Amino acid sequence: MKTDGANALLRALEREGVDVVFGMPGGAILPVYDPLLDSSIRHILVRHEQGAGHMAEGYAHATGRPGVCMVTSGPAATNIVTPLADAYMDSIPMIAITGQVGTNAIGTDAFQEADTTGITMAVTKHNYLVQSADQIPQVVHDAFYIATTGRPGPVLIDLPKNIVNPNDPDSIFEDYIPTAHDLPGYKPQLDGDAALITEAAEMMRAAKRPVLYTGGGILKARAAKELLELAELTGIPVVTTLMNRGGFPDRHPLNLGMPGMHGNYTAVTAMQEADLLVALGARFDDRITGKLDEFAPHAAVIHVDIDPAELNKVRRANVGIQGDARHVILGLINATRELGGHDSQADRSEWRQQLSGWQEKYPLVFEQSEPGQRLMPHYVIEELSRITPEDTIVASGVGQHQMLASQFYEFNHPYTWINSGGLGTMGFSIPAAIGAKVGMPDRTVWAVDGDGCFQMTSQEMITAAVEGIAIKVALLNNNYLGMVRQWQELFYDERFSEVEFGPTVPDYKMMAESMGCVGIRVESPEEVGPAIEAANEINDRPVVVEFRTDPRANVYPMVPAGVSNSHIVVDPSQRDQ
Amino acid sequence: MSKTVSTEQNPQTPDLHTVVAHVENKAGVLARIAGLFSRRGFNIASLAVAPSDDDRFSRVTIVVDCDAGALEQVTKQLFKLINVVDITILVSGSAVEREFVLACVACPPDRRDELTFDATGFDHLVIEESSESMIVSFSGRAERVDEFEEMLRPFGIIDIQRTGKVALKSLD
Repeated sequence: MKTDGANALLRALEREGVDVVFGMPGGAILPVYDPLLDSSIRHILVRHEQGAGHMAEGYAHATGRPGVCMVTSGPAATNIVTPLADAYMDSIPMIAITGQVGTNAIGTDAFQEADTTGITMAVTKHNYLVQSADQIPQVVHDAFYIATTGRPGPVLIDLPKNIVNPNDPDSIFEDYIPTAHDLPGYKPQLDGDAALITEAAEMMRAAKRPVLYTGGGILKARAAKELLELAELTGIPVVTTLMNRGGFPDRHPLNLGMPGMHGNYTAVTAMQEADLLVALGARFDDRITGKLDEFAPHAAVIHVDIDPAELNKVRRANVGIQGDARHVILGLINATRELGGHDSQADRSEWRQQLSGWQEKYPLVFEQSEPGQRLMPHYVIEELSRITPEDTIVASGVGQHQMLASQFYEFNHPYTWINSGGLGTMGFSIPAAIGAKVGMPDRTVWAVDGDGCFQMTSQEMITAAVEGIAIKVALLNNNYLGMVRQWQELFYDERFSEVEFGPTVPDYKMMAESMGCVGIRVESPEEVGPAIEAANEINDRPVVVEFRTDPRANVYPMVPAGVSNSHIVVDPSQRDQ
Repeated sequence: MSKTVSTEQNPQTPDLHTVVAHVENKAGVLARIAGLFSRRGFNIASLAVAPSDDDRFSRVTIVVDCDAGALEQVTKQLFKLINVVDITILVSGSAVEREFVLACVACPPDRRDELTFDATGFDHLVIEESSESMIVSFSGRAERVDEFEEMLRPFGIIDIQRTGKVALKSLD
């Protein structure tokens, strides 16, 4: 049976289980938007293409299914470069479909032409410039496989207009359903080497001061349950990186919390003093290691990653195991049992004592504001954590509010924390929260945002209002680019350069209301809880709660850039103890 | 077909490594390889690409200028490219390596004997001759091609084109 490129694309997406596409039509992609009217796939019309990309990311992170965005050629394609780079850094499975000028016009500087595959080569796991309509079913089938397997990532499919335009003979071909992948160079390896796993289990058994250093790979591999089992079987404490918040319950006694530049004292120092780091789906990012040559100087390293290029990239591993985190953890559990299980583990009472001593001495703290002063952002997050439902999904932007959310929100379930970790993309939270809510409509979804981030992507609140996507936004408004302000205060002699926004505009409450959302303003501590409760009850519209916070509030602990983690700077109230 | 990586270190030339990649013969593959090298800060000393005996695949021979740690990263990052099917690192002692050079040399007929004498030991070919100059070719190991070029230099090199290195694993 004959088909055309546009219909073939939609059938291929349906076969892959796609239920929603985030996007915006335009010239080159128009032919695909016509049959979309008759498809079962829901389309969310965004207000800016960047929003479509981040929504696809939020959807993917919350559901575990690949997020799909679709935009036209040229400027629309360049507008999704940031989400692609973000998804590439954080290993988010995502499919981006872009329109392209017709094959005959490629290379002629045609209207809205951009070299999309050339531009996105460095920020995608793979990309395709589809040359003929009959390749579409196979390319879509392969693209989803690449995006979702191995180390997940974004895959872009660029579609010239003539091969999707049913009125163009170039788009007509004999329909087929691909039965196999055409990827001779792609074979993800899931199982780790058995001998290395045994060796690793023995190192873990014997270690006196071990730490499980767990990263985003735990969530990608859907290995949270297995991680819990391994931690409890071995009794080894766990640190959860920014990318694995929720991958191990915060309330579990073995969880030391988040390590890194704004990690808590115990998590940072435990890694620094460890004799063994077991890195599971983590990549020794510079925000974790601090000054690299002084990072964890006494530790042997077991490094488990599905991406072999991560092994020995930053820190040389004593045992490097290529494999999927879930598969390898299951292997480690078995190997540990064979070594005698929990009872055979080394005596670590001294280590446990040391850890709990640090936890007692240096908990995460902040000084509550005096009546009449602006709010402390820490307090807002603490209240949010206390009042929101247990399985609430929290999406954050980038900056102080992100670090505070990661520190002060208690995450006890996987896939409840969505943020831009590697790329650090300001403006991520609102579209990511929308994508998460679309994928998980029955869950409460809060975006935690700063005023800098909010002004970058707030137009998507209109999308949320029009589409009935009832997310809630906790907007921590301190009138500043807060994290930059913090650096200028600490490292540039309090010379504040271009970090203060106008103190009176915008009026966020009015702005929210003008976009079809409920707007609430909170200025004093006693209003915080009631405002969150009120927002939790609103399910027919999005809500923006503006919390007027103190611009002088800083994020501690902090390891200044380029400094050893041993010189972690704690909250001012804890110094000189 | 499955991917294989062999990462034996090259004991003789610690900084120049010969990496052979079999790649799918698809549009943009060379751009992917070149882009990878540039964005990860690796240096390509030379590059040779041509279709293999199976026209679905091309064979890319890359000479990389890097230390052993970087070589591991180069290899693994290349391997991650979806279109790269397998990668081999060839070790000097157990590989046959050749470069090819075409050179146009200022060499009027009265100096031809001199050039022939100097070129003794180089199994070169004279391809074209004119009253002012001649075009010669030579293929050999990179060091031999260097020597050949040095031999020509006093005559006056008008134009020269060297290829990247190509290499095959030696017979056992």
